[in-house]
Amino acid sequence: MARMSRLRSPGAIALLVTLGFLAALAVAYVQDSTYWMATLARMAALALSAVSLSFLVGQAGLVSFGHAAPVGIGAYAVLIAGEFGVREVMIVLPLAFAAAALFSALTGAIALRTRGVYFIMITLAFAQMAFYVAASLSAFGGDDGMAIAGRSTFLGERILRRDHGLALLAIGLLGVGLFVLGRVTASKFGLVLRAARDNETRVRALGLATYGHRLAALALAGGVAGLSGALLANQAEFVSPSYMNWHVSGQAIVMVALGGAGHLVGGVIGAVAVTLLDEAIGHYTEYWKLGLGLVVVGAALLRGRGLLRRIVGGQHD
Amino acid sequence: MSTVLLVSQLLNGLQLGLVLFLVAAGLTLVFGVMDFINLAHGVQYMLGAYLVAMCVGFTGHFGLGLLLGLIGALVLGIVLEWLVFRHLTRRDHLEQVLGTFGVILVVTEGVRMIFGTAPLAMPMPVALSGSVTLFPGLNYPVWRLVIIAVGLAVAGLLWFLVHRTRLGMLVRAGSTHPGIVSALGVNIDRLFLFVFAFGAMLAGLAGAMAGPLVSVEPTMGDNVLIIAFVVVVIGGIGSIKGAFVGALAVGLVDTLGRAFAVDLLRLVMDRSAAATAGPALSSMLIYVLMALVLGLRPSGLFGPKKA
Repeated sequence: MARMSRLRSPGAIALLVTLGFLAALAVAYVQDSTYWMATLARMAALALSAVSLSFLVGQAGLVSFGHAAPVGIGAYAVLIAGEFGVREVMIVLPLAFAAAALFSALTGAIALRTRGVYFIMITLAFAQMAFYVAASLSAFGGDDGMAIAGRSTFLGERILRRDHGLALLAIGLLGVGLFVLGRVTASKFGLVLRAARDNETRVRALGLATYGHRLAALALAGGVAGLSGALLANQAEFVSPSYMNWHVSGQAIVMVALGGAGHLVGGVIGAVAVTLLDEAIGHYTEYWKLGLGLVVVGAALLRGRGLLRRIVGGQHD
Repeated sequence: MSTVLLVSQLLNGLQLGLVLFLVAAGLTLVFGVMDFINLAHGVQYMLGAYLVAMCVGFTGHFGLGLLLGLIGALVLGIVLEWLVFRHLTRRDHLEQVLGTFGVILVVTEGVRMIFGTAPLAMPMPVALSGSVTLFPGLNYPVWRLVIIAVGLAVAGLLWFLVHRTRLGMLVRAGSTHPGIVSALGVNIDRLFLFVFAFGAMLAGLAGAMAGPLVSVEPTMGDNVLIIAFVVVVIGGIGSIKGAFVGALAVGLVDTLGRAFAVDLLRLVMDRSAAATAGPALSSMLIYVLMALVLGLRPSGLFGPKKA
């Protein structure tokens, strides 16, 4: 079991996921398939968002139904910074992180007063507010959204203009995100989050501030989601309020639950599965959501445990 | 602003609120009795509108079509409960969100495959399609008054069912002390089936009533679902009274906000700024209301003390 636990260490898992994505990217690059390179970039970005939501749902027990909001805010950070002539990754990414984390912390401060279904619903409400604010930004496309000024530059170089450059950045961020969130999960901070999820009263009795821990978790996950949004905006080169549509939040939950909320890497598995399912079924019929829906309902009815735990087992969530 | 405009907007708000109440009533009961979060409730609203539109077109008679459509909505509710929902009631919220979100995808796409994306025309009974002069200068559509009347009648019926019948007593008890109710020998699964199917029918009724006013299309339930959730959460989960108060508050705030936000903002800012901020603010108002209520009372206006 010692070897298993080393395999499950945050570093090993982040490395495995990164290598897996890199291998797929290498194949796509050799085949010169811009379609698959773009899909891999999008997949890695969605996985990053799903991992951050998995951190909230699985570790902190906070089922946020508004995860599209920080993602969208990250996307709008890219758009708005671009309009002001700022396109450097080293500035844009921290900006996206900070803006999304700030939003999550401010709304979280109120949302954390509630529990259970109420929490699900109030996060949804805040995401809807963000959606309508974005739709009212007439200088930045309003309802229709607008194209970004151009993809971000990396230390002044325009290497993200090519799809494999962007995919590399997305995969790198996913690896770092998995590693950092994995370390946080394994730390004492993560332990307090899990303990508070299981029995808040006892954690409080130990003299620990559950509210502050949860607020920090929300801000951290929101910031990471913002990074994902910045990547998605770069990939599509277009930003619109639809990034914050509640269906997007629902899909993020689907990814987390499908992959299994018990471990962060479940977010990656769910994001990859949903994206591939989209591509595969979308290839045959325009009604691809029907197939996705059937898989989702089936998964909800059959499992309870998530794909990952079906395959490798794992700790209790 | 003129009195005529104000009164007609108040009536519009009341009408929207009562439609929302019909949707939210089933949602809050299912929430309350089984602690079950049903995202697919909006789908039942949509299905109701489609079924009634179809039955009215088929029979050529509105009343008969409405009756058949509502029976259809009830049956579909029972089928969905039997196929999917009863297997999700004892799971955690995450799995309920997952399963019911999947149901939304399946049913919405299924309806789109059968009927296409084009909106379906929903005929209104001829006798009720005109407008009536409420007082000089105000002509108000009869159909909207009918919706208000039906909504109030259903609210009264629900109040009677929940507070004056044995079944209602079980529903009330089940929403606060489900463990004890089932320990006393009540089959809580059957209670859930009944509440669920009845809620599905009410949502279908709401869809049918709103059908002639909005366009009947596969995604019509999406927005209503989210707003109905806002209503349920504002009112407090499991409380019919809360759903009623919440629905009227949301209906009025939304309608009046849309009608007057730009004018009110113009008092404090210049014309063009008000014209851009107004629509955004009015779309957001109900969510601001919800955040305010939850910030002050974390379990809603009439919810149980402990969330």
